[in-house]
Amino acid sequence: MTTDTHRAIEAVWRIEAPRLIAGLTRLVHDVGTAEELAQDALVAALEQWPAAGVPGNPGAWLMTTAKRRAIDQIRRNETFRRKVEEVGRDLQESSPDIGALVAEDDGIGDDRLRLVFVACHPVLSTEARTALTLRLLGGLTTDEIARAFLVPEPTVAQRIVRAKKTLAQARVPFEVPQGDELAARLASVLEVVYLIFNEGYSATAGDDWMRPALCEDALRLGRILARLAPREPEVHGLVALMEIQASRAVARTGPGGEPVLLADQNRARWDHLLIRRGLAALDRAEALIDDEPGPYVLQAAIAACHARATRFADTDWSRIARLYERLARTMPSPVVELNRAVALSMAYGPETGLALLDQLTALPALRGYHLLPSVRGDFLSRLGRHAEARTEFERAASLTRNERERTLLLDRAAGCD
Amino acid sequence: MRFMVITKATADSEAGRPPATEDFATMGSFIQELMDAGVLLAADGLHPSTQGARIYFDGEKKTVVDGPFTETKELIAGFFLVETKSLEECVEWFKRCPMPRTADGEQPNLEIRRVIQAEDFEAAMTPELRAAAEQRDQESRYN
Repeated sequence: MTTDTHRAIEAVWRIEAPRLIAGLTRLVHDVGTAEELAQDALVAALEQWPAAGVPGNPGAWLMTTAKRRAIDQIRRNETFRRKVEEVGRDLQESSPDIGALVAEDDGIGDDRLRLVFVACHPVLSTEARTALTLRLLGGLTTDEIARAFLVPEPTVAQRIVRAKKTLAQARVPFEVPQGDELAARLASVLEVVYLIFNEGYSATAGDDWMRPALCEDALRLGRILARLAPREPEVHGLVALMEIQASRAVARTGPGGEPVLLADQNRARWDHLLIRRGLAALDRAEALIDDEPGPYVLQAAIAACHARATRFADTDWSRIARLYERLARTMPSPVVELNRAVALSMAYGPETGLALLDQLTALPALRGYHLLPSVRGDFLSRLGRHAEARTEFERAASLTRNERERTLLLDRAAGCD
Repeated sequence: MRFMVITKATADSEAGRPPATEDFATMGSFIQELMDAGVLLAADGLHPSTQGARIYFDGEKKTVVDGPFTETKELIAGFFLVETKSLEECVEWFKRCPMPRTADGEQPNLEIRRVIQAEDFEAAMTPELRAAAEQRDQESRYN
C-alpha cells in the first residue's frame, strides 16, 4: 500500500470518526461497540481503498460498511438476540432498508452532541473523560493522546477500554441532558475541553509537538461545541477564552524558553486573527446572557480587556478589577482574589491592592503559594518599602518549584535597595 | 497546522459575474460543514482585479499599475483559512469543495499552502536573527 493512500485514509478518519461513532452509537446504544464497528470499517477501507481508490463520498462508505457489519454481528451472535430485536425495530422505525438509513443525515449534529455528553459523563474520571473525548470526538489515536499527556500508550488504551466499560455498566443513556441537569453536565464537558487546552498551553518549547497541538485540538472541540449548542453562553465564553489565550501563545515565551509576562509581551506577535475570533465569540456569549455571566464568559471578558489594549499602558484595569470581583462571586477562589488585588493595584495604586492582599494572607488555601509573597513584594516595592519587599521576594523564591522563576524572584530581591 | 486554500480566478470571477443561486447555496453548505467541524478560521472572496492594483519595485523606483491583470488563471479569487491536523486532512476537506463549471465551461483550481506560524520561524532562527526580529517588532509597535 502506498503511504499516500494510508495518509489519506487517516485524514478521512479524522474527519469522519466523530460522525461515524455518534451515528453508530445511536444504532447499537453502546459507545464501545460503536467505536469497534467504526474501527472495523476503517480496516475495511485500509484493505480496499488502496486498490479501488478512495470513494467519492468516503464518509457514507464508512457508515454503510459499519452499519452492515453492525447488523451482521448482531445476527451472528446469539447472545445479542435481544439487541437484534431492538436494532431491527430501530431500523424498521427509521427506514425500511440500510441504504436509506445511511443516506439519512438528520440528527447527526444531535448525535455528536449526545456523544459529547456521554464521553464527558461524570461517572468517568477526569483522565478517562479527557482521553475518550479526544479519541471519539477529536479523532486522535491512542498513541497521539499518550504522547500529548506524557503517559505510556497502553495506559491510555486501558483508560479508554475501562471508560467504555464503565459507561456500559452504568447504562449511561445516549442523550442530551435536559432541564436542571443540563447546566451541571455542560460544566463537566467544558471542564474537559479547557483541561485539554491547558495541557497544551503549559507545554514548553522542547516538548513533543503533539503536546502544544492539544491547544488546537481543544479549540477545535470548543468550536464544534459552539455549533452544536449555539444557545449556551458559557460554550461561547470558553471558545472566546481559548481563542484569546491561544493568540498569545508565541509571545509568552522568550528566546531561551523563559516565560514573558503580559506586561512585557510584544503585542505585535499576538495572533490577531485569533483575537478577532475570540472577541466575536465573546460578543455572541454576551448577547445570550440575561442574568449574571458564568465563569468562562467572565474570564474571557478579562482576557478581552488585555487583547483590546494595543499597549500595556492602555489596559483598562478598573474594568478588569470589576470583572474579577464578579468572577469571585461566581467562582470564589483565593487565586481569583489575588488577581483582583493586582488589577486593583494597577487601577488605583498599590495601597488598594495591598489592603485586599492583607485579607488574603490569613487564608490557609494560600499558605505556601509563592505568588502571594511575590505579588506582595511587588506592591511594597512600588510603595518604596524596599526592605519589606525584599523579604517577600525571598520568601516567594523559597516557595516556588520553578527554577527559572526562582532566579527571577531572587533577582528582584537583590534589586530592592 | 494552518493552511490557506486559494481559489483561482475564472473569466466569470474576473468579470464580476456572481455564481448561480444554487451554486451559492452549495458553497454555503460546504462552509457550514467546515464550521461545524471547527476547522474554518476565515474565508473571503475577492473583487475582480479591475478593482485592484499592483506595485512594481525596481530599486528605489515604485510603479503602480491599476488592474485588471491579464493572466486570469494565476489570479486569486478568494481564500479560506483553515486549521487541520495535517495537509492530508486539509486536502481531504477541500476535495469536497463544490467547484461548479462556469457558463463557458471553466472550472477553477484550488491551491493549498501552509501558513507560516511563529513556531516555524523559531526553528530556523539563530539567536542573532531572533534578536533583530525582536528589535524590529519593538520599533514597529510605536510606528
